[in-house]
Amino acid sequence: MTFVQNFPFFSIILSMFCAIVSSVLSGKAAKWLHLAMVTTVLFLSLGVLQYTLVTGESYTYMMGHYPAPWGNEIRIGPLEAIMAAAFALLMLLSVLGGLDHIEREVLGSKQNLFYILMDLLMSSLLALIYTNDLFTAYVFIEICTIAACGLIMAKKVGRVYVSAVRYMIMSLVGSGLFLIGLSLLYSITGHLLMSPAKEALENILPQSRYTVPMTVILLLLTIGLGIKSGLYPFHTWIPDAYGYTTPAASAVLSSLVSKGYIFLLIKLMVRVLPYGSLAGQHMTNVLFVFGIIGMIMGSVDAIRENNIRRMTSFSSVAQIGYIYMGLGLGTTAGMAAALFHVISHGAMKALLFVSISGLCETSGGRMDRLGLKGAGFRHKIAGLGFTVGSLSMIGMPLLTGFVSKYMFASAATTAEPVKMIAAWIALAISTTLNAVYFMRTVLVLYTWVPQEQREAKDYRPSGTEDAATLGLALMNLGLGIASPPVIAVLSKGLEIFG
Amino acid sequence: MGSSIFTNYEEIAAVLLFVIGLMNLLMQPNLVKKIIGLDIMDCAIYLFLAAKGYIQGRMAPIYVDGILSADHYINPVPAGLVLTGIVVSVSVSALMMALTICLYREYHTLNLDEIMMLLHKQEREEELRLLSEGAGEGDT
Repeated sequence: MTFVQNFPFFSIILSMFCAIVSSVLSGKAAKWLHLAMVTTVLFLSLGVLQYTLVTGESYTYMMGHYPAPWGNEIRIGPLEAIMAAAFALLMLLSVLGGLDHIEREVLGSKQNLFYILMDLLMSSLLALIYTNDLFTAYVFIEICTIAACGLIMAKKVGRVYVSAVRYMIMSLVGSGLFLIGLSLLYSITGHLLMSPAKEALENILPQSRYTVPMTVILLLLTIGLGIKSGLYPFHTWIPDAYGYTTPAASAVLSSLVSKGYIFLLIKLMVRVLPYGSLAGQHMTNVLFVFGIIGMIMGSVDAIRENNIRRMTSFSSVAQIGYIYMGLGLGTTAGMAAALFHVISHGAMKALLFVSISGLCETSGGRMDRLGLKGAGFRHKIAGLGFTVGSLSMIGMPLLTGFVSKYMFASAATTAEPVKMIAAWIALAISTTLNAVYFMRTVLVLYTWVPQEQREAKDYRPSGTEDAATLGLALMNLGLGIASPPVIAVLSKGLEIFG
Repeated sequence: MGSSIFTNYEEIAAVLLFVIGLMNLLMQPNLVKKIIGLDIMDCAIYLFLAAKGYIQGRMAPIYVDGILSADHYINPVPAGLVLTGIVVSVSVSALMMALTICLYREYHTLNLDEIMMLLHKQEREEELRLLSEGAGEGDT
């Protein structure tokens, strides 16, 4: 065993330890500790990625003294490593992008608590990415929920409590369903580790036993995780949750938290469910339908919304729909497209939320379209960031959104004809609707306004925020131009994921 | 079918309780009742796990009398899961209660529907205010 193999464990423990230490630190120290921790996690994950790519296989890492099938373990392959690296990078850029806002909007004495929540979120996301144990996944789902709820309440003004309570209610329904599904699965398979559970299911399912319970279990697990990640009919909490908190928290919630649950669902589909089982096919069909409805309805809701942050949140519903549509295709190509979109949507949404905060601030806190008139002239870098993010969302070539859409469209050809046509039509409609609301907003930002309105009033420029906006814009561009290696790693990782 | 319902009465009870809790959590407008629903839902799952983990006539796997055969003991994992689950649900309920207190201080009611209606009203007023301001700017 080489030293690199310890890195995933180190990164989980490090982020958790930082959360504990931060409770006795000042806000400033906690901030530096958080930034250092996320950077370290990023480099550790990159090291693991390099190692797994060289060896070309995944390995399991025992957490404790007992080997499988009794003990707890994490499992690491290229897919997990690249996800961890991407999540750490997005977390770093999002927090940097909202750094000065955090200092202004979070109560001074409670700033270290904000960073504790961020640290806990990082550790739970890493654990969700790496874990090979179902119950561990449940526990970290709950930690992630609690941390996310705290982040929603970070800015203590207005309706954040209502947002938080609505988020908690939906999330708790989701985790309740997940837990009962998990208990039923455990009572059938007798294993909590994913790989032994799959072996048990492979023995049971071909004999046509437990077909109904298995369908119920999958339904419970999928709906549970679907509610938590904001799948269409269960998305009502999203605009509230993302729309009113501090920008760094919005960016992290939309680009990372929901993706952690989706990654877990993908893991369940690949690692627990035997390939081609009947129940699994039902599940992909359901996901496909919900995904497609979400793609369209999310965009329709976004068009009707006047508040720019709520509009961007509704666009998240549509993008989550894309991911579920990709999973619903039921093919490896569809799953690879969904995985690429997990990273790609993270980069786009973080950029949008970070730049929106700058735009609103130079418009006297107005978030409606009328108030944002000419904001692109007042804050040039945020305007640029929003434009790049919007173009990427619409699917402009050279940006990451284009690659995702292209991957979804080409993955659809591998599915059955009905699904292929449905997916293409939904992609076309959704892209048009995306263009309507994002381009409309970009045009508002660059509407001609008299010279005196082009000067930003009472606005404090922030170097770190601008740098993070540019960094996220570059990430969008980089993922768009240099997508082949990323896709290669994702497909390689997916091959040995199961 | 009928006989299996009779032998699995604990699981049936657990699922019924789960549904009752879930519906309470979703449908009750009162926040405190929602939290009670949440606790019922979680406890139903623990009942399910505990019922699944117990086999009549066997003991907890504590090695005292020198019996090594596994047939003498029950599986300790479900009990462990229940304990972990209880810890999780306690912390979640505590968080929900704290949120409820905050909401009550802010809006002086525990009814989520009333709070939502209040918010919608405020939002509409805000929108109208912004619109009239915008119209004013357009005139000058």
